[in-house]
Amino acid sequence: MTEVRKPRLGVWKFASCDGCQLSILDCEDELLAIAGAVDIADFREASSAVLEGPYDLSLVEGSVTTAHDAQRIKEIREQSKALVTIGACATAGGIQALRNFANVEEYTRVVYARPEYISTLATSTAISEHVKVDFELRGCPISKFQLLEALSAFLQGRQPNLPNESVCIECKRRGTVCVMVGEGIPCLGPVTQAGCGAICPAFRRGCYGCFGPQGTPNTLSLTAQLELLGVAPPGVMRLYRTFNANAPAFKAASEAAAGEGKAP
Amino acid sequence: MTERTIGIDYLARVEGEGSVKVRIHDNKVEDVQLGIFEPPRFFEAFLRGRSYLEAPDITARICGICPVAYQMSSTHAMERALGMKVGGQIRALRRLLYCGEWIESHPLHIYLLHAPDFLGYPDALQLAKDHPEAVKRGLALKKVGNALMTLLGGREIHPINVRVGGFYRAPTKGELLEFRPQLEGAMKLAEETVTFAASLQFPPVEEDYEFVSLRHEREYPFCEGNLVSSRGLNVPQDKWEDVFEEVHMPYANALQSVKKGAGTSYHVGPLARYALNRDHLTGRADELARSVGLENVVRNPYKSVIVRAIETVYAIEEALRIIDAYERPEPSWVEPPEVTKTVTGGAVTEAPRGILYHRYRIAPGGLIEDARIVAPTSQNQKRIEDDLRHLVERSLALDDEALTAACEKAVRNYDPCISCATHFLKLDIERS
Repeated sequence: MTEVRKPRLGVWKFASCDGCQLSILDCEDELLAIAGAVDIADFREASSAVLEGPYDLSLVEGSVTTAHDAQRIKEIREQSKALVTIGACATAGGIQALRNFANVEEYTRVVYARPEYISTLATSTAISEHVKVDFELRGCPISKFQLLEALSAFLQGRQPNLPNESVCIECKRRGTVCVMVGEGIPCLGPVTQAGCGAICPAFRRGCYGCFGPQGTPNTLSLTAQLELLGVAPPGVMRLYRTFNANAPAFKAASEAAAGEGKAP
Repeated sequence: MTERTIGIDYLARVEGEGSVKVRIHDNKVEDVQLGIFEPPRFFEAFLRGRSYLEAPDITARICGICPVAYQMSSTHAMERALGMKVGGQIRALRRLLYCGEWIESHPLHIYLLHAPDFLGYPDALQLAKDHPEAVKRGLALKKVGNALMTLLGGREIHPINVRVGGFYRAPTKGELLEFRPQLEGAMKLAEETVTFAASLQFPPVEEDYEFVSLRHEREYPFCEGNLVSSRGLNVPQDKWEDVFEEVHMPYANALQSVKKGAGTSYHVGPLARYALNRDHLTGRADELARSVGLENVVRNPYKSVIVRAIETVYAIEEALRIIDAYERPEPSWVEPPEVTKTVTGGAVTEAPRGILYHRYRIAPGGLIEDARIVAPTSQNQKRIEDDLRHLVERSLALDDEALTAACEKAVRNYDPCISCATHFLKLDIERS
């Protein structure tokens, strides 16, 4: 009797907070079903058992910040039939990409008593700047529901069906009164990709863009609106420059606000 | 002359990337290194020039496992810097949010990361094949913790509702009462967890720890109280830098904390909190600790699994008490004052794995000028090395494979979070 081989899943970590991997363990109702559908070949946060590649699906968390990691992602790509990045670090470089706007040697001196013990690259970059990525899950952190949809899609050999509209649409669907129009609260919702469920406005605060820029973000118009609301240019710059600071649309908008480069 | 090295290249079932290296020369342990190869992320550097109001959201990203701890240490540090008093129901809601993090994080470690060590499995998914009821209990319990964080914080990982001064939106009494049955259900699971944890087999080890935790005059600690130790330390919590210091080891992208002057290790986390605050456990947590015969001071690091279970019971009881006494605060935050001069503030709160220290200097206008963050795992790092040295000294007769496995387990007793510590682990045993 031949046993049907189950798809092999690898979960890989680069520079990150571990939160997106934790989202897998946070699928409390689905975790045992996932474990039944795939062979978890490598998932160090959860298991000391390791199976050799190749892998049918690799989930990659975190950004590339060391020369060793730049090499490691190439090896993982070679071993993976499909590769999906999970979260803002893997998809846009994460909060640690703030170094891209600064001097990394100075950063090292600020944090470490013996900077010579530290080896790091000057930049934090998205996985797609190093290897081909088959699908990117946005968010800081990712949404569990989007993760489950992406897992099912890849196991069924189809593309995930996920929205690329703005957070505004989710607010409308949820029936949340616009915090920017209604209360004058600065909000990145109009330029940010949906997927979180528009939770910030539902808690009466502005969206801070943790799902990154949506497909056609009009940051020029939003920047003008933020300034009308009294946010000074350095504040506008900081608003765009958080967890997706290195995503091209947010990077350009933050540089424009800082007066460092061309307007988007 | 025989040289023997034992190495773990990539510690599993810990949060983040770490390694262990042990060098043995003529059957004597020469060196033990807990290496942290998680790449540096430079939080203290890029916080400079950010608004102090941004610190809770930014520092949460140091750790996806204990974001609430980062949000609480940063908000309390800012409030101390600005001389703000935040009390009443806002204070109660912060404790409730922290209960959520403990109810999620402790069962995650007990069932998914630690139990496989005691029962001989590589992971909880394999464990679930033979002990499905245990793993399902753990998942159900952590789900309630996550649901509580989602109720108060919008989502379980990196909640969005915490701000300096309080919360963007306070829940209604009705929303909290509606959640009460889930906590009552969780209480039964947590009680079973204490019995489960106490039934495990523990190596007969006692370590002479200096325990360090917060201690509050009438409560088991989350955010308030003095910094105290089992050897007589008792200082205000913002005096962390007067009594501890960080040193940088060449094998780690993280800084190690030691007692200032003596240079000795100390132990933070559930064992420390429990030893120093046992008298504040009342009700079911107290009854269960007695019923399973748990000593008032536990020095066996493996038994931390029982203490985590007791603390989970405590967190559920406390959450129920907070909900019953709750009245919705209006407004839901205290407005911070203008920053007109340079101010500095530090705070310590109790992350599930131990004390987390933050200190900030804020310039006039509100931008952060300097930031210091000391994670629980960097505070435990030297103590873990001490535990490993003692373990290897007792276990030299074991072959490399068995010794390596034993070392990994000893590290996991601490529920280390390496992402935090480099902001942690691989084992390499070298025998000569």
